[in-house]
Amino acid sequence: MIDAPLALLAELTHRCPLRCPYCSNPTELTRASGELSTAEWARVFQEAAALGCLQIHLSGGEPTARRDIVEIVAAARTAGLYTNLITAGVLLDAALMARLVEAGLDHVQLSVQDADEAGAERIGGMKGAQARKRAAAALVKQAGLPLTLNAVVHRQNLHNLPRLIEIALEWGAGRLEVAHVQYYGWALANRDALLPNRAQLDDATHIVEAARAAHRGRLVIDYVVPDYHAARPKACMGGWGRRFLAVSPAGNVLPCHAAESITGMVFANVRDTSLAEAWMGSDAFNMFRGTEWMPKPCQGCEHAERDWGGCRCQAFALTGNAANTDPACALSPHHAMLAEAVAEAGATEFRYREFS
Amino acid sequence: MTPRFAPGVRLQEDKARDRWIVMAPERMFIPDEIALEVLRLVDGARDEAGIVTALAEKFAAPVEVIAADVRVMLDDLRDKGALRHD
Repeated sequence: MIDAPLALLAELTHRCPLRCPYCSNPTELTRASGELSTAEWARVFQEAAALGCLQIHLSGGEPTARRDIVEIVAAARTAGLYTNLITAGVLLDAALMARLVEAGLDHVQLSVQDADEAGAERIGGMKGAQARKRAAAALVKQAGLPLTLNAVVHRQNLHNLPRLIEIALEWGAGRLEVAHVQYYGWALANRDALLPNRAQLDDATHIVEAARAAHRGRLVIDYVVPDYHAARPKACMGGWGRRFLAVSPAGNVLPCHAAESITGMVFANVRDTSLAEAWMGSDAFNMFRGTEWMPKPCQGCEHAERDWGGCRCQAFALTGNAANTDPACALSPHHAMLAEAVAEAGATEFRYREFS
Repeated sequence: MTPRFAPGVRLQEDKARDRWIVMAPERMFIPDEIALEVLRLVDGARDEAGIVTALAEKFAAPVEVIAADVRVMLDDLRDKGALRHD
């Protein structure tokens, strides 16, 4: 018995005005000509709702870079999905905000790259981004929508974490995600410039804990830890093919938004396969679903149904085999690689995200 | 007092699992049967007394009993951040 998924991540486009060096998009980006049409997305949303999805995350790239973003939001709401827009905010103006509200948008998650303007512009690779983001937050609040601020943190902005928390309060966010970079794709290429040291991580954890207590009832802070310093891997996606699916700009149905980084994995596409068939029957989902596929030390481990072997993409990125135990686990024979990477980190220059 | 859903919170049918669910930003919770009866009457126009009257009629129950239940339920939903009272 395969449980139905709860949420769909719709990566509407890989186009984005920002060039963040830790972007979660694949290193080989899809061009506009390869993107699904409005009608195709509308069908995907209907199929997702019928399959059991309750919530949709409209992401990218930058989802508002699509001219049909309002129609897409309306289609998601027509399908009965709780609709979350994950945006950099730099393309949002009052007119677009009004149309998105009219279309039924439920929630906005706005990214912020750093607390100070110069840092934010350098990390995101876009001049003037921070002022536009501040304006976007104001538009969301004026529209009466709930706002989550998403701050991706790493070696080059962790010193500004207290200020990032203040910005979340100033901009009127009800939630703040403090998310340490996860290392695959672009982030892996920039690992030496992004990976924090242990002292930075411990400081960040203390700052988050103190802020949670100080702002209880006003700001909820979710904290994603970097697993390079962990002894246990994260239960990636809550387990492969258990809760969650993603659709890429070109229509590939993915168990995780980074799954295309696993060389050789073949994906069903919504242009020729229904979402239900892809979820239940495709090799990409079934390959790592449950616990039977697991090698030792995962096989028979007491944590097997808690962390589900960790992250497949990280196992592939670091060991060349997606079926290995995630090296973030202290029981993995490859675990020492992570400490070595931490010891080597310290570069300052970024390799920015770009179309090849 | 007129209860209304907090921004970003709404009641949504979960057809695949044959239930109703309260959706909120990045979280969700499943109302029990009584909570669901109350939530279905939350429309931003009906005040607490109106909700009590409607439920007392629907279940042919004494208003005092329903009023006490509704108060507990509304307070709980407000504590969870699902409702606001104006």
